[in-house]
Amino acid sequence: MSRSTALNAGLGPAATEDSVAAGPLRRPQWRGPKLRKKTELTILLAPGLILFVGFVLIPIGIAAYYSLFNWSGYGPLNDYIGFKNYSYAFKDPAFIQSIEHTLYLTVASVAIQGPLAIAIALLLNRKFFGRTFLRTVVFAPYVLPPAVTGVMWSLILQPGGFADQVFKAFGLGGLVQLWLANVHVVLFTVFAVLTWQYLGFGIVVLLAGLQGIPTELKQAAAIDGASPWQVTRRITLPLLAPTMRIWGFITVIGSLQVFDVIWILTQGGPAGSSSTISTYMVLEGVDSTDFGFAAAIAVILFAFCFVFALIYQRYALRRDTRGALTRAVG
Amino acid sequence: MRSSRALAAIALAAATATAAAACSSGGGSSSNSSTPAATGSSSPSSAAAAPSVTLTWWNNATNQPLLGVYQNAIKGFEAQHSNIIIKDVPIQNELLQDTKIPLALEGNNPPNIYQQWGGGVLGQQVTSGKVDNITADVASWIGGISGAAGWQANGQQYGVPIDLHVVGFWYRKDIFKHVGITVPTTLTQLESDDTKLRAAGYAPIAVGSKDRWPDAFWWEYFALRDCPQSTVVSAIKSESFSASCFATASTALAAFLKTNPFQTGFLGTSSQQGAGSSAGMVASGKAAMELQGDWDPSVMEGVSTNKNLSSELGWFPFPQTPGSAGSQTAVLGGGDGFSCTGTPQQAQACAEFLQYLDSPSVQAQIVGPGASGEPVVTSESSAITLPATQTAAAYFKTAAYEELYFDTALPTKPGQNLDTAIANYFSNPNSSTAAAIANSPSTP
Repeated sequence: MSRSTALNAGLGPAATEDSVAAGPLRRPQWRGPKLRKKTELTILLAPGLILFVGFVLIPIGIAAYYSLFNWSGYGPLNDYIGFKNYSYAFKDPAFIQSIEHTLYLTVASVAIQGPLAIAIALLLNRKFFGRTFLRTVVFAPYVLPPAVTGVMWSLILQPGGFADQVFKAFGLGGLVQLWLANVHVVLFTVFAVLTWQYLGFGIVVLLAGLQGIPTELKQAAAIDGASPWQVTRRITLPLLAPTMRIWGFITVIGSLQVFDVIWILTQGGPAGSSSTISTYMVLEGVDSTDFGFAAAIAVILFAFCFVFALIYQRYALRRDTRGALTRAVG
Repeated sequence: MRSSRALAAIALAAATATAAAACSSGGGSSSNSSTPAATGSSSPSSAAAAPSVTLTWWNNATNQPLLGVYQNAIKGFEAQHSNIIIKDVPIQNELLQDTKIPLALEGNNPPNIYQQWGGGVLGQQVTSGKVDNITADVASWIGGISGAAGWQANGQQYGVPIDLHVVGFWYRKDIFKHVGITVPTTLTQLESDDTKLRAAGYAPIAVGSKDRWPDAFWWEYFALRDCPQSTVVSAIKSESFSASCFATASTALAAFLKTNPFQTGFLGTSSQQGAGSSAGMVASGKAAMELQGDWDPSVMEGVSTNKNLSSELGWFPFPQTPGSAGSQTAVLGGGDGFSCTGTPQQAQACAEFLQYLDSPSVQAQIVGPGASGEPVVTSESSAITLPATQTAAAYFKTAAYEELYFDTALPTKPGQNLDTAIANYFSNPNSSTAAAIANSPSTP
């Protein structure tokens, strides 16, 4: 590559040092490449940026503004109440309960769905007859719209319904519960349905991660005398860690915002025993038309997600995204 | 290479412009997109006559027979009013009530005629400044309309009812006969009937507690039986149920709940969705009765294949509780009505259309075969075809008074708070949840 070509291509420090070293012979630099780069960036980023600003940043700002008013959705925003909506929220036992339920679902999703997904992914990563079919089967629930899942399980879980009949058929009739009507059981039921729906997603993501692990490493370990368990523990799982961290991030954010399946199954009931922050927000905003208050709940939910995302990025994902989403660090 | 980049840039710019254009037109609903009509401007074809007015009409008649009744009403009205055009926009009920109407009233182009259910919710809508005061437009005929006072706010008429509803027990006559019980007139008799029905393998009463508002019907009826009318009216007006008779009603309800009158797992049952709903359970004969509004038969028909259902259904009022301080014949109910928005010219045209809907011939269709509810023109009660609904309508005429569903009589937030508190009480009736009912409307 000639010097002029390197300059035209805008090749970094070396080209720049050459130009500086030229001293008195330096000619006005042609700004073409920079201009073209800026133009390309503008054209490529503008649509996404406009949509992001218009449909994400501005609505967040509007919600934060609305949350400072007592506003039913009718008439002008003229009853400014400062941060009272926020203080009302944290004084409301129903809201505190919804936060507890949301945290329970989040922790349970990571703690239970995670190991399950890893175990099944490891199993489905082996070669055996019917593997493709099984992979399709485990992923199928994730493809279903949450609304369909909600309706389907609400039918299955009716008293005397399909679930009860299956329990009885296996001699487990004593375990039958009022799955959606018992205030002490319903949250576990909801978690089971959510696991049914979203486990396949985790499995497929982890399977993709497993595909990226070089088989040579496993073979070398095996030749060195490592047992299958040692290969899994010392080779596979550490190399799968970046995928697990991404899955964990998606799962936690999804769990914090979970709404649709629960809304159809229980509407957060009975007596708020399966409520989440999102169901509480919809009840207050849409059903009660207390939009100022619901906006405050939305901002609180956003804050939870945002703080988690920042912490997770800083302490968990940083090693995976170093140099890509973050500045290169030494 | 350069030309392909240029093309890509043009395509992106076009896509961005399209997105921006889509955003900018997002405020109004599709039904209101016919701006010239919606704003009441003249159409060329009627230049010689009075300026033409087109009114958009949002209603929940998405299914037959009401859909056909409304469309026929439009044809009949337009034949009599050549300068008024009505555009029918049926919208699913919950979407209409909870989302579309509040957003439309906050926007700049609300529908000219929209459905609402009166009471405190209407009063709240009036604060938007968009709802027309049609007191003068309807003054000449509103006196003959039953229940019209429920569509007033601040003493002014902001809407007009087109039918009325009454809440009572819809029961399976064949099951009652099979078990050998009769229609109860007192709460004690109802409890006795429940015991016999359960012994015969039926769920005595179905309730859709998942939706919360069916629970509220129960507490509100106990309140009507235990509280004088003046106390009920005062409580709704002051948004406080702290009077002692409401605590008495809660206690009576708790005692009734202890008799295990409902289906297994009632806290997770919906009221109207599918065969597993409370309406579906009565329709399929798994439950013997349900406390519901007079729309219940049409809901049952929608979730059941039982072709004999209409002849098997009966109706009786909420039982009396002798010795209680409230009225023993008061009924809980409500109705469907419409309000107007737009220019004075549009408001006048809207009022004329509402008058047409309340005319005897249209009223007969609104409550006719397959429909539900009672007419606002009492002379048309004979148009009701379902025997059970006829019984309800006959009782309605003799009732001491009708009280609007509390969650509708109250503004939206207090009403929803009340429903939630009552649903919580159903789940766990104790002194704490009873106190929550009393204080619920004023909960921030």
